Amino acid sequence: MSSATADAGHGHHDQGFIKKYLWSTDHKVIGFQYLFTGMFMALIGGFTVYVFRMQLAFPGMSVPGFGRVTAHDYNSLVTTHGSVMIFWVAMPVLIAALGNYLIPLMIGCDDMVFPRINRLSYQLFLVSSLVLITSFFVDGGAFGGAWTAYPPLSAKAAYNLTPHGAPLWLVAVALEFVAFLLGGINFITTVMNSRAPGMKMFDVPIVVWMIVIASIVFMASVGPLVAGAVMLLFDQTVGTGFFDPSRGGDPVLWQHLFWFFGHPEVYVVLLPAMGIVAEIITVFSRKKLFAYKTVLYTAIGTGVLSFFVWAHHQFVAGIDPRMANIFSVTTLLISIPVAEMVFVYIATLYGGSIRLTTPMLWALAFIGEFLIGGVTGIFLGASGSDIYFHDTYFVVAHFHYTFFPIAFIGSFAAITYWFPKMFGKMLNETWGKVHFWGTIIAFNFIFIPLFLTGARGDHRRIYDYTHFPDLMKAGMQEMRVLATLALVVLLAFQVVFLVNFFYSLVKGKKAEQNPWKANTLEWVAASPPPHGNFPELPTVYRGPYEYSHPEAKDDYWPQNQPPQTA
Amino acid sequence: MAFPRPIATTRSATGIPTGRLAVWWVIASEIVIFGGVLGSYIMHRLGHPDWHYQSAHTNTAAGAFNTLVLLTSSLFAVLAHQAAQQKDGKKAARFLVFTVLGGLTFLIVKGFEWASEIQHGYTLTSNTFWSFYYTAAGLHGFHVLAGMVIMLFVAADARHNRELQRVENIGIYWHFVDVVWIFLFPLLYIAK
Repeated sequence: MSSATADAGHGHHDQGFIKKYLWSTDHKVIGFQYLFTGMFMALIGGFTVYVFRMQLAFPGMSVPGFGRVTAHDYNSLVTTHGSVMIFWVAMPVLIAALGNYLIPLMIGCDDMVFPRINRLSYQLFLVSSLVLITSFFVDGGAFGGAWTAYPPLSAKAAYNLTPHGAPLWLVAVALEFVAFLLGGINFITTVMNSRAPGMKMFDVPIVVWMIVIASIVFMASVGPLVAGAVMLLFDQTVGTGFFDPSRGGDPVLWQHLFWFFGHPEVYVVLLPAMGIVAEIITVFSRKKLFAYKTVLYTAIGTGVLSFFVWAHHQFVAGIDPRMANIFSVTTLLISIPVAEMVFVYIATLYGGSIRLTTPMLWALAFIGEFLIGGVTGIFLGASGSDIYFHDTYFVVAHFHYTFFPIAFIGSFAAITYWFPKMFGKMLNETWGKVHFWGTIIAFNFIFIPLFLTGARGDHRRIYDYTHFPDLMKAGMQEMRVLATLALVVLLAFQVVFLVNFFYSLVKGKKAEQNPWKANTLEWVAASPPPHGNFPELPTVYRGPYEYSHPEAKDDYWPQNQPPQTA
Repeated sequence: MAFPRPIATTRSATGIPTGRLAVWWVIASEIVIFGGVLGSYIMHRLGHPDWHYQSAHTNTAAGAFNTLVLLTSSLFAVLAHQAAQQKDGKKAARFLVFTVLGGLTFLIVKGFEWASEIQHGYTLTSNTFWSFYYTAAGLHGFHVLAGMVIMLFVAADARHNRELQRVENIGIYWHFVDVVWIFLFPLLYIAK
């Protein structure tokens, strides 16, 4: 396989704007398409949460930029926030954008194995986003049955009051699943078959492993929900009774189908974020990743266990208490491999020569903040305490202490770390740190108050607390206001990020080929890599984490550098 | 082919050709989709012994005939694969067309079956048994149709001895669709 063939097939020639940016089969361009679509959808997710949190803090006020929030709007806003942030932000940015961008570069080949299926995957995703956005403007507004879409609320327009929004939401979600199935098959096949010569299983960077494991977990868990989506769509539109007990159906069946996907989904997005953190902390500790194989095996263990925990979402749904016991045990068990990964990362930091760059700050914050999310999960995984905490703001706070680190801290870590490679420019470090501290401090000020209100019994999914005197006791409303103000601060700090991102994109300092002195193969390519990635496809001689190795000249030892001949 | 193929597509670190590997992953994801439908159906069926009175109205003879048709079409898919391995694209294409005809027969029989059931008042919404019946068989029928369309494209290439490896890949998919029916037939038609 000479590089001449690569040039013949993949040569750089002038293409029109559409061919180059909208109809491209280049994995890097498709990665950017996912990244920018995800960033745009994050603005929608951020705007909706701003509107409904303002309503909770100042009931009945006319929210600047939106107006008065009705109870009906409130349901649509909450549903849209949840669905968008998970399906249209976390998934496309963490898995699709980074998977597409990084996999071929990190395993040393020129593209995905199926470039046109890859393009199709993004196009389906784009259609799904457009369907979802359309649903905001139809009669009755966006779907208002919560992102978990439990029937009968989701099945009957008479209950959710969004006759057109509900089926459109379901179609959008189903299309999005198809897009990620196509993408996932591409990722898995590419990593299995197209690794650079010499790259053995344990030479694959952890982030690539994590994306592959996440893709497999996604693929194995989403099927029942695809089937469930078809059934729910029939219930909504044709009038079947799959989830209607009066006609021989069962609403709890949907909960099983949904959470059989929904819980593994947490790990589908967690694992890539864990992978990103592994890459960053090794580079900025200048130290070999502690226990590569342990990380890998615990990730696989997490993936397997994640299929046996779903019913912990249903402890109060009338499931058999004996079954609840079993699911409590499996749920508590899954914290072991995840904690193991955190310990391994701390051990990697120990004795390293740590550099507190912006990506490193994000990576460290991920470990700390996710830990809070994980520990509070213990209370919810144990069925006894969950019966008290269920459907309170404690759950909301716990969930956001896991998902915010995953979807945002993880993504910011990845974007700040790979930005020089992606766009050939350096981000501004000072503004990066301002954005970091503003985001992290504000984030904790949002959710620590919500842990406290939740522990005092504050019920979620309530539009106006002034109707519930028991939930308006001393201090409760003050904490809601504090959380909302912190949210506004957090959103305001994202402007710093966006300005830094787009300003650096145009006017940033030019990035060298390997600004962080990292080992993995993407840093061998130019910044940004051209179509076809490498001038000559690399050969691999060692693992990805050989930092400060005694035999190497420098404190890093790129994977493709031939060993010195003795 | 006008599309320039990246080097990534030509590599094979596992020793398994990339196309075949991908088909197996497609099947893995399909198994869980059908698993979701059938798992839900089986759980409901166990909870509703009275559904037996509904399932008695399915046309078991037509179902059995269709099982034979699909199995025969899978045989043609195997023969097409054999021909492709002998680099005889024309013969492979001919066998693929026979496979497609098998699929077509299956769908026509299905059409008559459904038409008569609907005339007798057993529709998608008449009872949850029939909802499962039409949803599961419909999802399967959709896969049969998709397989037929793809197979015609593969046959058109194979006739000119192009992309012969695809004959095997589409065959693997076809066998999978066949196996799904082997589960559907007893569960929907025969089970008491």
